[in-house]
Amino acid sequence: MAVAAAPAVPAKRKELSQSYWSLVWYRFKKNKLGVLGGIVLIVLYISFALIPEFLAPYALENRSQFVEAPPTAIQLFDEQGRFQAPFVYGLERRVDVAKRLRTWVPDTDRKYPVRLFVQGDEYQLLGLIPMNIHLFGIDADPREARIFLLGADALGRDYLTRILYGGRLSLLIGLIGQFLTIVLGMTLGVISGYYGGPVDMFVQRFTEFLAAFPNIPLFMALSAAIPNYWSPIAVYFMLTIILAFLGWGGLARQVRGLVLSLREREYALAAKSFGASDLRIMFRHLLPGTTSHVIVIATLSIPGMILAETALSWLGLGLRPPLTSWGTLLQDAATIRAIRFTPWLLWVVPPILITIFAYNMLGDGLRDAMDPYSGRG
Amino acid sequence: MSSTTAQGTKATTSTKDGRIGDILLDVKGLKKYFPIQRGFLRRTVGYVKAVDDVSLYVRSGETLGLVGESGCGKTTASRCIIRLYEPTAGQVFFKTRALSPDGTPKMVNLLELSREEMNRVRQEIAMIFQDPINSLNPRMTVADIIAEPMVIHGKYVKGESEERIVELLRRVGLRPDHLRRYPHEFSGGQRQRIGIARALALNPSLVLCDEPVSALDVSIQAQTLNLLQDLQEEFKLSYIFVAHDLSVVQHISDRIAVMYVGKVVEMASSEELYTNPMHPYTEALLSAVPKPDPLYKSDRIIMQGDVADPSNPPSGCYFHPRCQYAVDLCKQKAPEFREVKPDHWVACHRAEELKLRGVY
Repeated sequence: MAVAAAPAVPAKRKELSQSYWSLVWYRFKKNKLGVLGGIVLIVLYISFALIPEFLAPYALENRSQFVEAPPTAIQLFDEQGRFQAPFVYGLERRVDVAKRLRTWVPDTDRKYPVRLFVQGDEYQLLGLIPMNIHLFGIDADPREARIFLLGADALGRDYLTRILYGGRLSLLIGLIGQFLTIVLGMTLGVISGYYGGPVDMFVQRFTEFLAAFPNIPLFMALSAAIPNYWSPIAVYFMLTIILAFLGWGGLARQVRGLVLSLREREYALAAKSFGASDLRIMFRHLLPGTTSHVIVIATLSIPGMILAETALSWLGLGLRPPLTSWGTLLQDAATIRAIRFTPWLLWVVPPILITIFAYNMLGDGLRDAMDPYSGRG
Repeated sequence: MSSTTAQGTKATTSTKDGRIGDILLDVKGLKKYFPIQRGFLRRTVGYVKAVDDVSLYVRSGETLGLVGESGCGKTTASRCIIRLYEPTAGQVFFKTRALSPDGTPKMVNLLELSREEMNRVRQEIAMIFQDPINSLNPRMTVADIIAEPMVIHGKYVKGESEERIVELLRRVGLRPDHLRRYPHEFSGGQRQRIGIARALALNPSLVLCDEPVSALDVSIQAQTLNLLQDLQEEFKLSYIFVAHDLSVVQHISDRIAVMYVGKVVEMASSEELYTNPMHPYTEALLSAVPKPDPLYKSDRIIMQGDVADPSNPPSGCYFHPRCQYAVDLCKQKAPEFREVKPDHWVACHRAEELKLRGVY
């Protein structure tokens, strides 16, 4: 085993050395569905969480007279059938006395061209840069005419705007909540698995206690415990913490199981034989061995968090107006009257579904990439 | 029945080239019982006596081979010495520099040390593990793995330590460009070399080798054994070499201790043990060593019965149900581990009267 002759192609040697994560990335790239899920999520998070102010044509709370206006159709041909640049018609209010209905019909006398990068409501991009440019809009006084691609709600607010802004809270609650879950679950799981004995007993019985509790009443009790004079943002973070607090148990059990097997590996013993502290063994040797598993579980359970927020807010237990999330929007849409007369309020459902699907696709892709026994590439 | 090993008799009986010095490690009456727990309340219903009264010693610069069948407690004993497992009873005296302020070596009982003190002593006792795949963290680079003992003891100095790692790597026969690689990119023999480099990182005086070559290919075994011998000479190391392969042990050991069901039954210099075994179990083991002679007619001693169950060992001498020389006394009284000849220790009632067959 003497020193071998210098390799003929030294440049190539560097590429040969691949860390675990670069191998995972290599395998993940081959899974088209997983990559698609990842891309969709990146697009969703950028457009909903980062820059909804720019994408939405109006400000979140910008009310108008156009109460419950249906989605505005973008026209390409005028009454004579001539092709034109995209435009929308103005809206005219009609009242049907017999049905006691108020409806909006297009007023073909008034045309407003649709423009990209129009000036509108003031906002701060990313909370930093003051701007008033919106991706699209119409050239008109907002008191006179508006563009509602997905209709308007009962206060005349643009529903597309509300879905975009609502996504920020709903998408981030999944991420932040899951982050807290991971921190709690991994820490307690590794402590439980490494020390064993009474510590393990206590942590495991506690997770069982949490798991045995019926979820909805527990949510109700915890959210009733949030004082109602708290600011909406405080309520939001409290809800995140509640969701994380209820969600860490399963993760802790899985991490514990992995740690139980990893701590018998000789490399953990080796570290101990060289005098490594418990903390070092747990966080430098045992936890890294569980990360791939945890990432998969976390990715697959973020949708659960998003859905939990949505469901709680829908029940009136989670976020409350004036906070706008997909859950509070769904609450508005969930009446018979809304479904009968303003069905466009259900447009909040597709983004929820797409998010959940994308997370599941990404999670499956990651699992296949990280599982050494999958037999793929 | 902790056997009393008189310090006097074991004083330097210099062999070969005088590299062997004073007693470095002296283990007396070491025991490790694992409780067997049953039922909901985890009541202890018995004990597995994995290590049951082991006494042995190692002189500085020498190699003590520890042999025995699978499950006889060799690995457990070696792990108890460095307190990876907390022994149930016994004493482990080790000559250490780490605990005295002026660096003069003194004998301390490792089992009485506090956690911190023990961790300091661990700089001087290193371990090499059996499984070259499992003993290296797959998420760490070779550089990180070898650096770890230095980092743990706060001895990692940027630059200087990196040079040392490269030097260690060269010394065990790997290339410096292997530093940034991960363990999965190496062969079994190379991985074991990384483990050896890690063990040497802190300049230990004692290295516990837990079957370091049994997972390797025969050709690689020889290379690795030679490397271990070279390193011993160069760095004045002492080894406890745990193995089940007698030919490997003979190759590397100055003295050999034979274990059977948690006890050391015989300990002697390797020539003495091979030519003049005094315990029937040793004789049976030696008869199983393959001879490189096609015309040789084997008259192997085939032992009857199974290895004793360490949770329910037989009465008297643990070996008596399988021993062809057993008499009534063997069933009733456990033999004492005694020094029958200078530096030849046996636990057998009939050691003096039996004429047992060695290899040569």
